[in-house]
Amino acid sequence: MSAAPATASRAGLMGCHGCGLLLRRRHAKRGQSLRCPRCAAPVHDRKPESFQRTAALVFTAAVLYVPANLFPIMTVISFGKGRADTILTGIVHLAHTGMLSLALLVFFASVLVPVLKLVGISFLLWSIHRRWRWRPRDRTLLYRIIESVGRWSMIDIFMISILVALVKLGNVATIETGLGATCFAAVVVLTMFASMSFDPRLIWDAMEEEA
Amino acid sequence: MSATTPDPTAPLMACHECDALVRDRPLPPGGVARCPRCGGLLRRARQNSIERTLAFTLAGLILFTLANVYPFMTFQLEGREQVSNLVSGALVLWREGLPELGLLVFLTSIGFPALQIFGLLYVLVPLRLERRPARHFGPVFRMILAVGPWGMLEVYLLGVLVAIVKLSEMATLTPGVAFWSFCGLIVTATAANASLDPDVIWQKLERAR
Repeated sequence: MSAAPATASRAGLMGCHGCGLLLRRRHAKRGQSLRCPRCAAPVHDRKPESFQRTAALVFTAAVLYVPANLFPIMTVISFGKGRADTILTGIVHLAHTGMLSLALLVFFASVLVPVLKLVGISFLLWSIHRRWRWRPRDRTLLYRIIESVGRWSMIDIFMISILVALVKLGNVATIETGLGATCFAAVVVLTMFASMSFDPRLIWDAMEEEA
Repeated sequence: MSATTPDPTAPLMACHECDALVRDRPLPPGGVARCPRCGGLLRRARQNSIERTLAFTLAGLILFTLANVYPFMTFQLEGREQVSNLVSGALVLWREGLPELGLLVFLTSIGFPALQIFGLLYVLVPLRLERRPARHFGPVFRMILAVGPWGMLEVYLLGVLVAIVKLSEMATLTPGVAFWSFCGLIVTATAANASLDPDVIWQKLERAR
């Protein structure tokens, strides 16, 4: 690649976020909203307030991540004995029962993925804020990974719902879901919204500016 | 990629990840176009996209119905037996005073996958039959695309697996018809998504109008 490729923004164009149709940039009149003629999506150059929205969502998720790990996600009471499990003790228990591969899977989904998302999105926001020109391609790849991997953190929430259904209905033991589960579910949903509201074009906008 | 001669008449498209302007060249079947600047996926050429997506979605509709009608899992302990359905987990969470968790589980395991199946049928059937495009085509199809990451069938299956292992020390679990239908539904939903080519559908919509 000899010359840097032109960008839609520099050419006065923008790709519709809904269907990808290339549109000429126009300024909306007061009280008027621009819509894509093909898919009727609201049209904008960059995702609206991407930085602020993403930052707010990540911050909220980071705060909730603390109770999500400190409080038990569920308590199993059978034959008078109760055991409360947080996310981490649940994984340790799984590893002790001999299911090491499953324990690793849950560790990946419930610990590594949320941390990667919180740290990764914060890092991307910071790099945009400082207008870094460092490795934009790798930072875009990081974004792509964060975006695709986020849903897997729901494993623990689904596991709880199935345990609760089977055991509650079976009347053999009681399972109580803990505050940790609600906090953790909130972290998963918030970080998914955060990666959706993040606009990777912002990484590349800094490259357009004169050094 | 930059070695090939650019076709100056090919339509332009903007990379949705880095905003680079790229010529949209015709792709060989199964070919993939990547952005030369950021490496993002621009387009993947699918063969018979509409027909294949429709076929997988119809198969998915049947499996989805089975997965919701038949028992999902049977739980046996000391001679007692308990049958649970796909929706049981969400329902019990809702009743036990955790409505937000119950709703989240319901939407991600049943609601959004259903929305995707019915949405795709609503949009694709008229398109395939060369009829007038469905009403509110744009918003409905955008909704289908947006809901994609929130349908978590395969994640749910792993959750089931972990739950089975956790319970195996105290009870016997037998998967029912719904469980196997659910596994099949994961296959058809993944295949439908893989054969769906939004660009082809948007272009077809434009021509049909």
